[in-house]
Amino acid sequence: MKKAKFIPLILGFILLLTVYLSLRYGAIKLSWEEISGGIRSLFSGEQATLNERIFAELRLPRVLLCILTGAALAVGGVLMQALFRNPIVEPGLVGTSSGAAFGASLYFVLGAVLHFDGGEWTLPIAACVGGIVATWLVFMLSGSFRSRSSIVGLLLTGIAINALFLSGIGFLSYIARDPQARSITFWNLGTISGANWHSVLIVGASTLLCVLLALRYTKSLNALMMGEDEARLVGVNIKRLKLEVLTINVIIVSVATAFTGVISFVGLIVPHILRMMGGSDNRYLLLNGILMGGIVLTLADLVARMTLRPAELPIGIVTSVVGVPVFIFLLRKGKFYF
Amino acid sequence: MIRTENLSLKIGAKMLLKPLSVELESNQLHLILGPNGAGKSTLVKLLSGQLKPTSGEVFYGEEPLSSIKMEELARFRAVLSQSVDFAFPLRVEEVVMMGRYPYFSSRPAKLDLEIVQESMRWFGILHFADRDYTTLSGGERQRVQFARIMAQIWPGDDTHRILFLDEPLTFLDVKYQYDFLKKIRNFIGTQNLTVIGVLHDLNLAARFADKQILLKEGELIVHGDQKTVLTSEHIRKAYGMEPRLIEAEGRLIIDF
Repeated sequence: MKKAKFIPLILGFILLLTVYLSLRYGAIKLSWEEISGGIRSLFSGEQATLNERIFAELRLPRVLLCILTGAALAVGGVLMQALFRNPIVEPGLVGTSSGAAFGASLYFVLGAVLHFDGGEWTLPIAACVGGIVATWLVFMLSGSFRSRSSIVGLLLTGIAINALFLSGIGFLSYIARDPQARSITFWNLGTISGANWHSVLIVGASTLLCVLLALRYTKSLNALMMGEDEARLVGVNIKRLKLEVLTINVIIVSVATAFTGVISFVGLIVPHILRMMGGSDNRYLLLNGILMGGIVLTLADLVARMTLRPAELPIGIVTSVVGVPVFIFLLRKGKFYF
Repeated sequence: MIRTENLSLKIGAKMLLKPLSVELESNQLHLILGPNGAGKSTLVKLLSGQLKPTSGEVFYGEEPLSSIKMEELARFRAVLSQSVDFAFPLRVEEVVMMGRYPYFSSRPAKLDLEIVQESMRWFGILHFADRDYTTLSGGERQRVQFARIMAQIWPGDDTHRILFLDEPLTFLDVKYQYDFLKKIRNFIGTQNLTVIGVLHDLNLAARFADKQILLKEGELIVHGDQKTVLTSEHIRKAYGMEPRLIEAEGRLIIDF
């Protein structure tokens, strides 16, 4: 194993390439002139052509939201895996995603029934609250706030709470009318198509803030690799670490999920690939997870847009199709620890 | 000096350590001896602050251990355990760097990097600094852990440091056991360091310890220097076996 000096450069280059492809290709192929015209219209506000507007109002925010969401999911995955010393943990396994999905579904159904429209913020807030509640339930019921909690207990509680929220979602789509039921289905499969500059700003702010906070914990999370007892001996306050890292994780993942719907497996796979490339130092994983998460989700979105052109696939389907084999590969390799 | 006052630990109905008051002098090697279930490890964990006592208190000098913050404690107290496993692959150098974690907030300073290099050199592991810890043998891992622990209490100023050994020699062969204990003696001779540990081997204890603490079933049998502690009577009482004590070239050898 060598120090991972060149990995950020390589990943940065791949990310630029991915962004370039994503900006140019899609339902409509954009030319260089249209892209530069779109950028100009963003700053000057001058009259733009249709394709320039497609670039400035749809495609660019979409690609940016992909990068930010990918980064958020990857960072969430790094934090959760470090906290539970287990490479098969991801935010989805501890209820965050299904809780967020339930919150969103509840909004779709109730909003339609009560003719309630609280503006574009209601959906993200509902999802965020759902994610926080579900994660909190899982951790409280499995006793994970205590020291020496078992990972098996956490995962099993996660399965139970996931099942609970999924049946809740099932119930809501059953009683919902067709358009709402369709929104629920789409949202549960994840989609970036709703991206706009508002969502980019919100997810960007939350991701940036959480990453900056998380960087303060990489050292303690490294120490945790030795186990809770040894980590305490080098001065780590385990209880506080768990609570604070968990809070960061719930915020970064719920906020991203709130705008994009449930996108599974990114948080699981990205840290694992990085670990194979350059070891497990959490600072390295966190910083490169931002790049790698961005690459993975931008590529997945490109695939989602290109496969059924001009229609698009929900992005969650793409990440699952790639993610499930990788997950099973990890399980079979036995590289996880209870 | 490290002192205990009526220190005891009770878990459920079982008294793991009966009230114990001892004084352990600074800059010496104290070894805790006794049969299985004597409470050796319990005593080390109480003295190092890893367990909270049911009654009584541990004092480091005049200061009660319970009043020292965990972050502060980590800068002068270290514990070398039997073995440490990692959940994820990590380079040896990164493992040793963990010993410096109590000293920096997010990135190591130049001094921390130097101490890590120096500590790895001292324990002869510099040549595998880049290897993955999880692929090392038991003996190699223990040397890495020793380097990490010493990096944690590396002498920089004249602060009094305390090192606890919780059966650290279990996975080492004879050569490294002796090598390890000689290094410990060397550290005690040259630094402001007190070492308190658990060993199973009575002969190693007789050869290297300044003081011995003999326990049985959570109770102190005797505490003092070798002449006081390692007698036929005490050993028989603790282990239920008749020892043969051989005096050779000024050294005590215990045979059964």
